[in-house]
Order: sequence, then structure tokens, then C-alpha cells
Amino acid sequence: MAQEPMIDIRDLSVGFSGSDGRARAVLRNIDLQIQAGQTVGLVGESGSGKSTLALAAMGYLKTGLRVFGGSAHFCGTDMFSLARTQLQSLRGGKIALIPQNSGQSLTPTMRIGAQMAEALALHSALPAAAHGPRSLKLLKRVRLPDPQAILARYPHELSGGQQQRVAIAMALAGEPAALLLDEPTTGLDVTTQAHILELLREINAQTGTAMVYVSHDLGAIARVCDRVVVLYAGEVVADGSVRSVLRAPAHPYAHGLLASIARLSDARMPAALDGRPPAPGEAGPACAFAPRCALAQERCRSERPALRQLETGEQVRCHFAEQTPTIARAQSRLARTAQQSEVQALHLEQLGVSYARPNWWEQLLGRAPSASLTVQDVNLQLGPGETLALVGESGSGKSTILKALAGLLAPAQGRIAFSHEAPLGAAVEQRSPAQLRKIQLIFQNPDDSLNPRHTVAQILAQPLELYFNLGRDETVQRSIALLERVRLGAHYMDRLPNQMSGGEKQRVAIARAFAAKPDVVLCDEVTSALDVSVQAAVLDLLDELRAQRGTAYLFVSHDLAVVRALAHRVAVLYQGRLCEIGPAAPVYAQPLHPYTRVLLGAVLEPDPDHVPQLLADDVLESAPPTQGCPFQRRCPVHQGARCDGETPPWQDAGQGHQVRCHIPLAQLSQALALSTEARHVG
Amino acid sequence: MRGLFQILKEVAARPSGAIGLALVLLHLTIALGSPWLVPYDFKAISAIDILTPPDAKHWFGTDQMGRDVLTRTLLGGREAILVTAIATPLAVFWGGLLGIYLGLAGGRRDDIIMRVVDAFLSLPWILKMLLLIVTFGNGIHVLIPTLAFFYGIPVIRIARAAAHTVVARDYVLAARARGEKRITIIRRELLPNVLDALMVEGAMRWSWMLLAFSSLSFLGFGVSPPTPDWGLMVADSRTFLPLAPWAGLFPIVFLSSLIIGINMLADALAKTLGVDRAQKAPI
Repeated sequence: MAQEPMIDIRDLSVGFSGSDGRARAVLRNIDLQIQAGQTVGLVGESGSGKSTLALAAMGYLKTGLRVFGGSAHFCGTDMFSLARTQLQSLRGGKIALIPQNSGQSLTPTMRIGAQMAEALALHSALPAAAHGPRSLKLLKRVRLPDPQAILARYPHELSGGQQQRVAIAMALAGEPAALLLDEPTTGLDVTTQAHILELLREINAQTGTAMVYVSHDLGAIARVCDRVVVLYAGEVVADGSVRSVLRAPAHPYAHGLLASIARLSDARMPAALDGRPPAPGEAGPACAFAPRCALAQERCRSERPALRQLETGEQVRCHFAEQTPTIARAQSRLARTAQQSEVQALHLEQLGVSYARPNWWEQLLGRAPSASLTVQDVNLQLGPGETLALVGESGSGKSTILKALAGLLAPAQGRIAFSHEAPLGAAVEQRSPAQLRKIQLIFQNPDDSLNPRHTVAQILAQPLELYFNLGRDETVQRSIALLERVRLGAHYMDRLPNQMSGGEKQRVAIARAFAAKPDVVLCDEVTSALDVSVQAAVLDLLDELRAQRGTAYLFVSHDLAVVRALAHRVAVLYQGRLCEIGPAAPVYAQPLHPYTRVLLGAVLEPDPDHVPQLLADDVLESAPPTQGCPFQRRCPVHQGARCDGETPPWQDAGQGHQVRCHIPLAQLSQALALSTEARHVG
Repeated sequence: MRGLFQILKEVAARPSGAIGLALVLLHLTIALGSPWLVPYDFKAISAIDILTPPDAKHWFGTDQMGRDVLTRTLLGGREAILVTAIATPLAVFWGGLLGIYLGLAGGRRDDIIMRVVDAFLSLPWILKMLLLIVTFGNGIHVLIPTLAFFYGIPVIRIARAAAHTVVARDYVLAARARGEKRITIIRRELLPNVLDALMVEGAMRWSWMLLAFSSLSFLGFGVSPPTPDWGLMVADSRTFLPLAPWAGLFPIVFLSSLIIGINMLADALAKTLGVDRAQKAPI
């Protein structure tokens, strides 16, 4: 390929001046050439500079950042020397950005059609009369159902996946030569994500648009990209074909990152990558990864390795890349067997929750609101030392069930009770301190669940004072013991949340939950706000604590691979109704409910040869159907009137594996296989 | 949490904070020390020196009764600063507490009280204040509670809004789920996070209250003569303004410099505490 690269970044360093006036580099000496039509994935932990690099390619820097040196060329023009007006005509036209949350980048008060026309007026030579038909064509291009209707809608009337598709359609308006995608599917459901990625692949195959795909999700990268660039502390540490980087990573960091990802195909606990990346300006003249590296030697701590080419064609910044395959996989310390203890089991019977408030007429008659329940008919038992996972897409009622259990949302019907005890009060105020102590919550985002004004000591003291009424010395002692149990030391006691990394904060949140000596811990997406490398360590810690104390977990997650690694049993929810429940092994090996199949089929693996199966469309469902099977509107094996009118019965597949479907078990697998074939042929 | 001294140090590091702090401290020093500083008796009338322009004897000139303007200007802020310095913390305290409570409790109580607050704010303040002063008289014992009451009402809204953003955070949810008492949640979780906004709000309220107090004096409902007061001095001298501008000008300069100083201080405080969103550090 003697052709001139489309995006040509040479020796680019970008950074900001710290409060002490020192220059802090976010990107260090980046060299990156991207040819026309190439799809390149930029991966790395948060703070690695991947988004900054992608934006720099279009000549954009976030406020406060400036170029320290080097250049960025796009199609031969120097992006950092262009005037604002020239940049504006390039951006969105020849080179377009698709941000993470497109819902926020669309103007809320403008109809989609008007916004599309605006993009076309700016970036195409078409006359105004042609904008309408062209918009329609673009929306069809991104496979939006009923594009005519979508043109007349406002952004808030679309689902997250549809908004993302509209953003892609708008980006395509100027027929760009390159698309920059900044975490475009993060925050979307697995099924939606899989559909969007298929669309991106298709666009690349048909139009030859180059793509720079920024993501922390190696599964998405594996699906879309043919080349992967791994960034660490603002440097390119590995650059090669998706196959070589993901299959046989030559850089120890890439190796560690891949090992820390939970996979569907592997029920083992992922191996944690210890330590954390250096902050901007913190990295010394040596190898930035050396402090976390298993291969690090004296040379790594004194000499910065150069980017060099290996025999495989992969470029890598490591002195000892040849030894990377020899790094042994760190094993999880504990066997995953539940321990018997005095901890009691929790029962949920016929739980129903509604967000609807009764209207004045219903209030007058003292009736319950007539809207259908958000969560209905949920029966679950949670045994001591057991991890039960609740999985499902957003809106499936997972978090609602947790809130009801925690007493933050009074259920409309059903009861929650510990075995041999009176049922728990509906709301926090109606529960005794002893009952409250037994159920503790861990939230998704520790930035939000820890008060930024409290030190770790204050945070841990709260439950200790509340439930155990300890003296000051004893509180401090217990807090230190708790910190040690979550593998943080006593020196963390005086830190504020903003002085800790995401993983450390989540450990403090876990320590706070365990300070109450709970019987049941409710985990709400506890790993999804964390970097991949940190996730594994948190999962490992949770499992260790469970095994030691016999605590039961109700683990809510949308990440099915994480659930596979941690859970003993899995309950699949759709629209607030249970579809399937059973031990993790059979549910994953032989999913019975069509919805479970759809979910598992859409999961992406960090493997370029893994192809997700798309069994059902990703449509927006705002409310569950009033009768019949909750999955009736999306089911690939829909059976007609029976599914629409009758609530399906529970069928037992043995070993506690139960499924709620009208189709007899014996015929389910066959029906699904047939529908899969039909879909692929069609 | 940063101590008050630490915050003041950071405020003083900003240009606007340094100027604001200097102006406010200067005025406080004058207010405290003026009885010993002034060259003349503030009541001393002179039939000869009526409306004399500034000279070596009377630096700021004399007023229509031959009283020394310098003396009266130096003393003229005492009453205003005393009243507002007591009324401001009172206003922030009661308004802030009620606002935080409403932000946490929500529901019907919140709805009703906020509608009353809205209705109250829609009336011109001077009308309400005059009504109370006419009814109860205009001594300090009436002015302080009146100002504290009226200026606490907008604080309710600020505190409620600040509390609202905090209430939505998971750490408040976590505290509720633990079964903490409401008062504990307010004290531990909400107050530290709302305090910054309240401090800035307090500084702003102080400058507005000074202006209000001076306006009342100007209208004759604040300080009674012969006690020197900026508002009163401006009112007394306004008929002679074309003839003897010094009699009105100096009190105006003093009052404005104090208000500008307080505003600059509030501005720097907001930036230091991060209440001002635009001032966040990059990345």
C-alpha cells in the first residue's frame, strides 16, 4: 500500500498545564496512520487518551488541552492549522463523529426530519427540495423501521438504539470518508448493541468508509474492526490486526486486559489486572506499564521501550514482548462453593411493583391503580451463600426488584420475608433496625454512592454506629479490619472519594455494605461503571467475601459474561416478569426460553471469529402487554393467539431449571433452531 | 473538608477575592473603629460652616446643618453593617434549613410551601417590608427579624434546589436504605454538600440586604435622625445635590464600595467552592 494514509498522525503530543503550572501530557508521541476504508479500534482504560486521540484526528481538542508537538493530517490537510470555518466544513462532512450518547447530541426541540435536513444543507450539495427524500433514504440505510414516521418524531420519542441510528444516518449525510465512533454502543442493551454493530459492518463493507472505533469493549472492537491500537497512559503500546492482538496479544498490558474480561464461553472468574494506570504527567521516562507488569525487569524501569515490529506484523512497545505468552493466568483464590452458616434465606413471593399512582377516581374508591404492574408475579428464593443473578435488558425490572427488597419502593403486592420470620415491612420506615441490617445495597457507580465530602472513616462509621452502637475506638478498629478485608489498608481511612480510583471507591462501598454484617447483599450493576481491568478484581473480592461469610447476593447485571463468572443461579426477566430461572450451568449451556436465547445470542466476545446471533428485532417496548406472555411482541417463535391471551405456564426441565413458555420443552429447541435458520436465509 | 481559613486563603489568591476581601475588611475596621477615629462630634451643628466644600478642616465638607461629612460617613455604616451582619446568618439559617427539609421531604408539604413562597416573591419587597415596619415600628429589634424573614425566603428556593440535586444521588438513597433518621441524613449527607451554595448565597444576600436597609433609611423607615446613616445622609442631602454634591457623594461611594466588595468576595467564593460550574478544571 503505497497510497497516502487518510488519517496521518505523526509524533503527536497533547496535554494541559496542571494547577502547579507543569505540563501534563495526555497523549505522548502518537504515530498513527489509517488508510482509506480501514476500521481501526482504539482501546484502553479510562484516561488512556483514546477519546482524545480520536478527536485530535478531526482537529478537535477539549477545552484546556493544547498541542505540545507533532501534527495530525486528514486527507493531506493539517487539521491543527486550519481556520475555524475550514474545519467546520470538513467536520461532519468528510469526517464525522458519532458520540456515545446520541440522545444528547440531537436537538430535543427539533423533529428528526428538520435535523436531517440541516445536516444535509451543511454537508451536501443537494438542493433543499431533495433533502426530504434523501433523509428518508438515509434512515432506511440505517435500517430504521418506518422511516417516514421517524422523520416527524422528536428525539425523546425514540429509543436509545433508534437515536444512535439517527445519529449514524446524520453522520452519513455528508458521505464521509471517515467516521469517528466514540463508544457508540456503550449504555445500550446487548441486543441493540449487536444490531448497531452489524449496521456499522455493513456500512463499511458497502461504502468503504474508514472507521475509528473508540471503545473499552473488546467484544465490540472484535466485531467491527480489522485493526486494533492499544493505548496505555497516552502511548500506543500495541498496534496490529484484530486477530493477532486479541488472539495472541504481544504486549503484557493487552494480555492482562484480555484475561480480565469475563467471557460467556468460560465460567471461570476472570483474572484481575492489579494496579492502576499513571495519571497524566505521572508517567516517567521508563515503560509506563512496568509497575503493573509481570515481565518487568530492571531495563523496563529505566528505559522507555520503542515501538517495534514483531514477526507477526504487530507493532508493540515492549522490551520483552516475546515472553508475553508465558505469563501465567492468575487464578482466583477460592473455590466457588457456598458455605453453610447461620445466615437465613430470603423469600420473595408473588412480588408485584407498580410505579403508577392511583388517579383521583381510584383514590376516591380506594382502589389500586389500573395500569399494569411494572414487576409482576416474581417468586424467588435466595439461599445462604448463594449468588442469584437477575438479568435482562434495561426496563426489565431488575433494579425495581432490588429497590422493593431494600424498602425504597413499596411493592403493590406480594411479600418479602426471611425464612421463619414475619414478612418485612414494605418501606424502610416499617422495618426494624435488625431487619434493615440484614439487607444491604451496593450501587452501580461509587462516585454517586459515596458522599464526596466524607472520608473513608466517616463512610464506614455510619453503618457501624447505626447498627452496632460501637464506641469510637471500636468503630475505628472495625473500619480498619473492613478495609483490610476489601484489600485496602488503614492508610485509606483519611481519604476522600476523589482521592481514590474507581476500583478503590467501589471497594469502600463494598466494605460499607459488609460493615452491617448483612445476610443478603443487593448488587446493582456493581461492575458496569468500572474499567474492565478493575471489574475482575471487584468480582473476585465479592466472591471471596461471600464464601467467607456465607452472605447471599442478588446480583443485577446486564453483562451476561460477568454473571456467568459469578452466579450460581440465574433468573431472566423480561418486562418485569420472570421468563426462565435455573442453575447457571444449564441456563447458559442450554437456554430454553426464546428471550434467553435472544439475549445470549447477542452477547459479544473479544474474539474476531465470534458471530453473534440476532434472533429478534430490537424494538422499544414501553409497557408490558396486559395479558399473555410478556415476550409476545418480539418472540421469534410466536405461536399465535395462545401466546397473546394466556399467561404461559412454568415448565420444569429438572435441577430447578424452569421456564415459562407455551411451547413444550421437547419442541422448544427445535422451534428456535428452525426460526434461526429462517432468519438467516431471509 | 476544607476549613474556613483554608477557603479564605484560596479566595484571597484570586484577584477579585483579594480586592473584595480588602474592601470588606476595610469597611469592617472602619465600622468598629470609627468612634475613636472621627475628628468631630457627629451631632455638632455649626451655623457658619453650612455646606462648605471639602477643605483642610472638613475633608469631606459639611452638610446642610454644618455637620462634618467625614465624621458622619465614617460612622454611617455602623448601623447598616450591624443589622445586616446579624440578619444575614439568620436568613440563611432558617431559609436554608427549611429549603433542605423541603428538598428531602418533597410531596405535598413541599408543593404547598413552595407555592406560598412563589406568591410571596411575586409581591414587591418594599411593600411587604414597609407594611411590617409601619405596624411594628422601626427599631433594630424590628428591622433585624424583618430583614432576616424576607431575605430568608429566596434562600429557601436556593437551598431546596441544591438539596434536590443531592437527594437524587445514590449516597442519600444508601442512607435511606440503611434506615438512617431524616435528621441524620440532613446533617450528614445533605448539609456538607449544600453548605457551599449557602455560603455563596449568604454573601450575595448580605449585599442585597445592605442595599435594602439603606433604601429603608433613605425612605425614612430605617435609622432615625440624628444617628448618621448612609441612606439617611443621601436622603437629607439630595435637595442640595447640585449645590453641594459632597454631602451625598461620599456616603454613596462608601455604600457602593462595600457592596461591590461583598459581591466580588461572593464571586471569588463561588469560584473557589466550585459552585460556579463554568470554573471547573479541564478534564
